[in-house]
Amino acid sequence: MPQRVPVVENILNANDRLAEENRARIDSAGVFAINIMASPGAGKTSIIEQTLPRLKDKLRVAVVDGDIATSIDADRAAAAGAQAAIQVNTGGECHLDAVMLHGALDQLDLKQFDLLIVENVGNLVCPASFKLGTHKSILVASVPEGDDKPYKYPGMYRGVDALVINKVDLLPYIPFKMDYFQRGVEALNPGVITFPISCRTGEGLEAWIDWLLQNVIGKS
Amino acid sequence: MHELPITQSILDIALRHADGKRVTDIHLVMGELSQLVDDSIQFYWDIIAKDTSAKGAQLHFRRVPAEFQCMVCFEKYHPNGEEFSCPHCGSVGAKIIAGEEFFMEAIDVE
Ligand SMILES: Nc1nc2c(ncn2[C@@H]2O[C@H](COP(=O)(O)OP(=O)(O)OP(=O)(O)O)[C@@H](O)[C@H]2O)c(=O)[nH]1
Ligand SMILES: [Mg+2]
Ligand SMILES: [Zn+2]
Repeated sequence: MPQRVPVVENILNANDRLAEENRARIDSAGVFAINIMASPGAGKTSIIEQTLPRLKDKLRVAVVDGDIATSIDADRAAAAGAQAAIQVNTGGECHLDAVMLHGALDQLDLKQFDLLIVENVGNLVCPASFKLGTHKSILVASVPEGDDKPYKYPGMYRGVDALVINKVDLLPYIPFKMDYFQRGVEALNPGVITFPISCRTGEGLEAWIDWLLQNVIGKS
Repeated sequence: MHELPITQSILDIALRHADGKRVTDIHLVMGELSQLVDDSIQFYWDIIAKDTSAKGAQLHFRRVPAEFQCMVCFEKYHPNGEEFSCPHCGSVGAKIIAGEEFFMEAIDVE
């Protein structure tokens, strides 16, 4: 006779626990950590490239770059002035998870840094479910992706602490209804702080940098 | 491609609760908004669990519909269409009260 055993355990429990461990390590080093998520090509690395020079002489920054293969993005971060740039190849996985960030943290002397920027794998579904242990999750939307993305990927839009709308320099050329987009955002994540920017022209970056600096200062 | 780690996680949890007994069925609860996996995970299961005492176990999914609660008029509703707005007063910015879960409810062992 089969017998029923009650379980009630979250499937991602193991990941969540390890994420807490990562958080404790990051906290004890006094570092502020962000997890940047977006679809492929939205401009995650471009934002990191624009951010690093603007933080030069203010913050010591480490970048962890998740990619299915290649170290292109970590190389770009290093070239833009990251004091450390670690590449994590996920070996086919479509997201970073707490185990992978744990391995990357092992390679960093965290006390040497004020800010840790994690660039997740380009994907609008999976990274939302895998906590890493960072303090804030940032979603980068971009104009060419279209204005319907909040409606199609609610999981990602719901869980983030800040939203960057990149490539606003393309707004004149692409039918992107900003109010339709923002209605979707507002429905899923009311009041989320939003930064319309262009990595091309530099528009809007100041507010983003200020927000980062405020968070780092709040941390130390 | 997150089916693999998730299947592994399901297997770990099931074996831990099975206490050495053979696992025949696994009951999972998945919210409508949790876009993690679908029925294809059974395929991964058959491969990952094949050398364990959970070999051949059936995975059952109980789907939980999404439920929103309007923060203006406090009506509860199932989000309809693509705008998520409250069907009673039209407001947006509802709280999600169900539909995000993804957990193992029970296993059957023998
Ligand atoms: N017009 C315009 N193009 C941009 C902007 N930001 C980035 N791009 C371009 O978008 C493309 C992708 O940028 P990346 O920064 O590599 O995007 P990513 O999100 O890091 O991509 P993956 O890591 O491959 O997922 C590049 O060709 C950039 O030059 C912008 O603000 N405006
Ligand atoms: Mg990149
Ligand atoms: Zn209402």
